[in-house]
Amino acid sequence: MTTELVNPAPRQDNQDPALFGQTPSQTVGPFFHYGLPWKGGADLVGQSDMGARPELFPEEHYVLNLSPPRGAVAGETITLEGVVYDADGKPVPDAMIEIWQANAAGRYASPDDDRSNLPLDEGFIGFGRAATNESGLYRFKTVRPGPVPGPGDSAQAPHIAVSVFGRGVIKRLVTRIYFEDAAENASDPILALVPAERRDTLVAREIDGVWRFDIVLQGERETVFFDV
Amino acid sequence: MSLILPYAREDASQPPSLHPGYASTVARSPRQPLVRIPHTLTETTGPAGCWENLMGGALADLTAQHAGMPQGQRIIVSGRVLDEQGRPVPNAVMEIWQANAAGRYIHKKDQWDAPLDPNFTGAGRVVTDAEGRYRYVTVRPGAYPWGNHHNAWRPSHIHLSLLGPAFATRLITQMYFPDDPLIEIDPIANAVPMPFRQRMVSRFDIGTSQANWALGYLFDVVLRGREATPFEDDHDD
Repeated sequence: MTTELVNPAPRQDNQDPALFGQTPSQTVGPFFHYGLPWKGGADLVGQSDMGARPELFPEEHYVLNLSPPRGAVAGETITLEGVVYDADGKPVPDAMIEIWQANAAGRYASPDDDRSNLPLDEGFIGFGRAATNESGLYRFKTVRPGPVPGPGDSAQAPHIAVSVFGRGVIKRLVTRIYFEDAAENASDPILALVPAERRDTLVAREIDGVWRFDIVLQGERETVFFDV
Repeated sequence: MSLILPYAREDASQPPSLHPGYASTVARSPRQPLVRIPHTLTETTGPAGCWENLMGGALADLTAQHAGMPQGQRIIVSGRVLDEQGRPVPNAVMEIWQANAAGRYIHKKDQWDAPLDPNFTGAGRVVTDAEGRYRYVTVRPGAYPWGNHHNAWRPSHIHLSLLGPAFATRLITQMYFPDDPLIEIDPIANAVPMPFRQRMVSRFDIGTSQANWALGYLFDVVLRGREATPFEDDHDD
């Protein structure tokens, strides 16, 4: 005797054609550290363990990568760091920052950047991920990106695209890091869309050789976040 | 010449950043309006196909990472990663993390009084094939209490993280289970308005269940798709 296998009557769910569309965003919650920020995720130019927080779970449960060794990367190596703050000015110890950027020549390591006249660096991908520490601090080691094209025939000033995740952050927050000493900032087409009095929340400042970029989720000097 | 093919914007299913029912959003969501920007090369590019050099390669069996079999109901989760036009997204990485069958994370800050399982970490990764398909094996995570309000319980869920092809398509979400009464009273799931909340509910599937071994659940992830009309920029050689 055979029994025919049948699925239960479908309710409205992920497989319902009437509901087809973007999957909604949800928070990473507080317990993402053993699943997302790998060792070296915040070191885009070398092979350190920056970015991970292995002290938050037992060593035998470490299944994340250690970034492989990299070749020489062209350009100026920089350290970029900052604290993520909430509305009460308290540091956020369970946030995660991701960055995406062009290399020093202004080329993205992506099949969708086909400007083959600009060099790629074999060891440089330009994507990084860092968990904040107990003081809300994140830190990346990367290279200073070159300028990239903007809409029309405009050029964008050197910048780094940033995604902010965290407990209590139900949907990714998107911002950008510009560099205080870049002359191109004055003509950047994206900065031009930001109210002048808030533009400086998007600008990193060099202090004692480290580029500083704090992220304020809410309140006084709230960071500008973008609708992309 | 750069050809910029922008992606669609978020649809009505995306939750607001401020959802007071989920108390932690109150101090961690911006109050100033978002500044809408056009998609440039920065937003339409992203790291693709370099997972070995980033988070690492595939780890598709979360029940085979330690000496023994973990406790709990073994499940097979499979599906596709698609764009909004229904086209498969190949070679996309999906990162997975979850609690164990008792609802406990291996994380040191998880103080829930349920047993840890030495045979279960709860983290993995899969990469989609040419048709956008993925499949992983795990155990069904348990529900657990949290401090959001009195008698608050999270429904069983699996955290999923997808980079997609571009900065614009980045998505972190949670997958829920169809027979779970906690979804309707969970502030995090409920930040997503109906009916879109149900996009996050997997479907039990007898066809992908394996006799005498594991139950099958289907879950497709839909990322933002490219808009139909390209903006051509022929000034920039």
